[in-house]
Amino acid sequence: MSAPGENLAVTAALPRTKPLLWRHLPYFIGAAILVMLASTMEIDGYIHNILMQATTFAIAVFGLSVVLGLCGQINLAQAAFFGLGAYAVGLGTSDYHLSYWFCLAGGCVIALLAGAFLGMSTLRLGGHYLAMVTISFQQIVTLVMINSIWLTHGPDGVSRIGRPELFQSSQSYLAFCVAMLALVGYAVWHLSDMRLGRAMRAVRDNELAAGVVGIDVFRTKVSAFALSAVLGGLAGGLFAGGFAYVSPDQFSFAESVVFLTMSLLGGVASPIGSAIGTGLLILIPEWLRFLKSIPGLYLAIYGLSVILIIRYMPDGIWGFVNILTARWRGKPRMKLAAPGLQLAPATIGGDIVLSVKALSKHFGGLKAVDNVDFEVRRGGVHALIGPNGSGKTTTLNVLSGLYKATSGTVTLDGTDVTDMPPHQRAVAGLGRTFQNIRLFRSMTALENVVIGAERPGNTLIGRAGDDALNERAMSALSFVGLGTRAHELISSFSYGHQRLIEIARALAANPTLLLLDEPAAGLNSSEKLELHALLKRIAAQGLTILIIDHDMTLVSEAAQHITVLNFGRRIADGESMGVLRHPDVVSAYLGTE
Amino acid sequence: MDLVLQLLFTGIGIGAVYALVALGFVLIFRATNVVNFAQGEFSMVAAYLMVVFAVDLGWPYWLSFLLALGGMALLGAIFNLGVYYPLRHRTFLPVIIATIGASILLANSVLAIYGPQPQVLEGWFETPGIQLGPVYLDSQYLLIIAVTIVLVTFNYWFFEHTMLGKKLQATSQDKEMASLLGISVSTMIMITFIYSAVLGGLAGILVAPILFVSIQMGSTIALKAFAATIIGGFGDVAGAIIGGLALGIIETFGAAYVSVPYKDGFAFLVLVAFLVFRPQGIFGERVAEKA
Repeated sequence: MSAPGENLAVTAALPRTKPLLWRHLPYFIGAAILVMLASTMEIDGYIHNILMQATTFAIAVFGLSVVLGLCGQINLAQAAFFGLGAYAVGLGTSDYHLSYWFCLAGGCVIALLAGAFLGMSTLRLGGHYLAMVTISFQQIVTLVMINSIWLTHGPDGVSRIGRPELFQSSQSYLAFCVAMLALVGYAVWHLSDMRLGRAMRAVRDNELAAGVVGIDVFRTKVSAFALSAVLGGLAGGLFAGGFAYVSPDQFSFAESVVFLTMSLLGGVASPIGSAIGTGLLILIPEWLRFLKSIPGLYLAIYGLSVILIIRYMPDGIWGFVNILTARWRGKPRMKLAAPGLQLAPATIGGDIVLSVKALSKHFGGLKAVDNVDFEVRRGGVHALIGPNGSGKTTTLNVLSGLYKATSGTVTLDGTDVTDMPPHQRAVAGLGRTFQNIRLFRSMTALENVVIGAERPGNTLIGRAGDDALNERAMSALSFVGLGTRAHELISSFSYGHQRLIEIARALAANPTLLLLDEPAAGLNSSEKLELHALLKRIAAQGLTILIIDHDMTLVSEAAQHITVLNFGRRIADGESMGVLRHPDVVSAYLGTE
Repeated sequence: MDLVLQLLFTGIGIGAVYALVALGFVLIFRATNVVNFAQGEFSMVAAYLMVVFAVDLGWPYWLSFLLALGGMALLGAIFNLGVYYPLRHRTFLPVIIATIGASILLANSVLAIYGPQPQVLEGWFETPGIQLGPVYLDSQYLLIIAVTIVLVTFNYWFFEHTMLGKKLQATSQDKEMASLLGISVSTMIMITFIYSAVLGGLAGILVAPILFVSIQMGSTIALKAFAATIIGGFGDVAGAIIGGLALGIIETFGAAYVSVPYKDGFAFLVLVAFLVFRPQGIFGERVAEKA
């Protein structure tokens, strides 16, 4: 193994990307021009109202692009959060004569708390729970707005809502809202390339894989949901100041549907799409005013649009534009040179990396894993084998925290991880791959591996920035032989290559122990040879591997130590050649005479 | 005590309606792994069909009833072909968004055609009810309870003792295996949607004389039914029925002793309490995704 000092030297030699704010300067210049226009241009009241509505609605729809677009969680109560912000500013400034800024911040906090509470009570469960709970919440908020007259004035609504001293005229207030829109838009646009945003996308693409690479899935989902609620609250507060009057019907379930339709129409994945969708759905109804004369017709059309968009244009208008223009846009050309991959597995717990004691996993009456003991020594390849249904994969899933052990203990490098969720085990140094490959399918190979490199507890990265992450990910991809295709989407890789990307993702995290779940399954013979060579190169760097596989040639050649399971029990354990000749093992595989 | 018994009877009656809609939820969920957010609108549409046939056109009640249920069967089929079937290979998120879209489409189409004014539908029986000791048994509530008992029994017999029922169960448990055994999965899913639409429609027709027939009745009933399925344990048929009855009783007592305007809020509170403290419901057990 090479010394860490060499590694640092190579890092410093690579060119750095330009500072972010500098690269994004055109965006800020554009935004400043828009704010200038909004504050100086002569506009009549009608146009002003439309712009005011579009600006504030767009901020609320940005919220949906975070929760639905980035994180894949549904929110059917955005109008309720919008209403919380609007009523906070409305009631605060008119009834209680509080400062506008205080009320705006208060509205955001209330929306945040409500969003966090809803998210925490629901997001451990499947997505349909969230959909129903948000609809229920939306109805409760509407009920309170209409019925708690002492607080909300009921159906009459709140009037004479104040504005800040600084932005008393409607024109300056509009300019202020446009500036807020530009800021929020920038934050949301940039979010997807930040750590939290990457975690959200990983959760959206594959929750199980996100957990085992070290992402706290639940916290990520709650963050996304709470963030979306805050943006709703902020937008509502701005809206209330802009129109000086709010009433319960502006924040009904129907409005939540309008927000959802705006988001889907424009393209849920990007703030640009949100802005397009919002603009269109505010302008189109203004052109088609006659539709408003028949109650319901409007929303019926929105409902139909939702079905049609989902079916024919799932990525919205902006996604559609992106596909059309893809061939004219240059492929990202990053420097592909990367230093050789360094693996520096932590060594805390002495000679034994993994110690499994009396481990059991029962599914009802079925004892899938029954009182199994084994130890994995540091710096070697250990194989866990057994016939179909012997409990190998169940053991692996208990080890990585996807299943909870019925009894027994699992100790990883001196840390008891028995009761830890998957992401904490990743932090403790566990990496794994899956038998049925679990990659983040909407991302490029590089992005997948970057998320692996980002594992909290990866000492080779620490708190380093994007450049170090990208570099490490490139090294890992080059290590498995796919460095030149780093910017391609996962779907363009063959099955065998996808398997290699999954291994690269685990290696980039610099784990202490690597679990490989049937890595040779589905590979052809030449791919198996490559895999075997790869395993040798990994082991040569001192990383400990626990491998499950059916391929006896691979297992007997690669592993020094073998544990054999049958019917959930350990039937043999020891040095590999000896174990493979063991009569119990032979009879388990070939049957007895 | 008399009031308690009276409330209990009313609660069971209204709970039976939630149970019927919840049953429709569960059947579609088991067949397709998707929650149909338009399930409540099936009830609403059926109630409006009754208003059209029995009130506006003045046709006999039984004929209107049969026509309305026939209409629901047709709607279930169209729903499957237009909303679920094209998206069957996509992940669950697009599908539930599409069913939400369908729910909005159905509710607002009816609003556009019929206007916002709630409609009145008479009950099936001329006699309003009977006095049994201290409790007054409303005939419509008695009918609802009777129909629910019959349907639950039928449901049990159908799924456990008929070939078609067993094929439907096989499809809901493992589509691939079912298709390898020569079961037409798309036909089974079609049957599930039609059956669920009819069940939802039946619930709507039964409850219509108690509530007003309104655009909102669909979403209200759907939320309660969904809460019922969570109380009972998601995907569990018996759980849906017990959950529905429990919710009906809780809500009736809540309205009597706590607050009438917030009656519809109790379902939400019970729902959140269950999600926080016992998300697997009374009976159900969530099965972890296979790695």
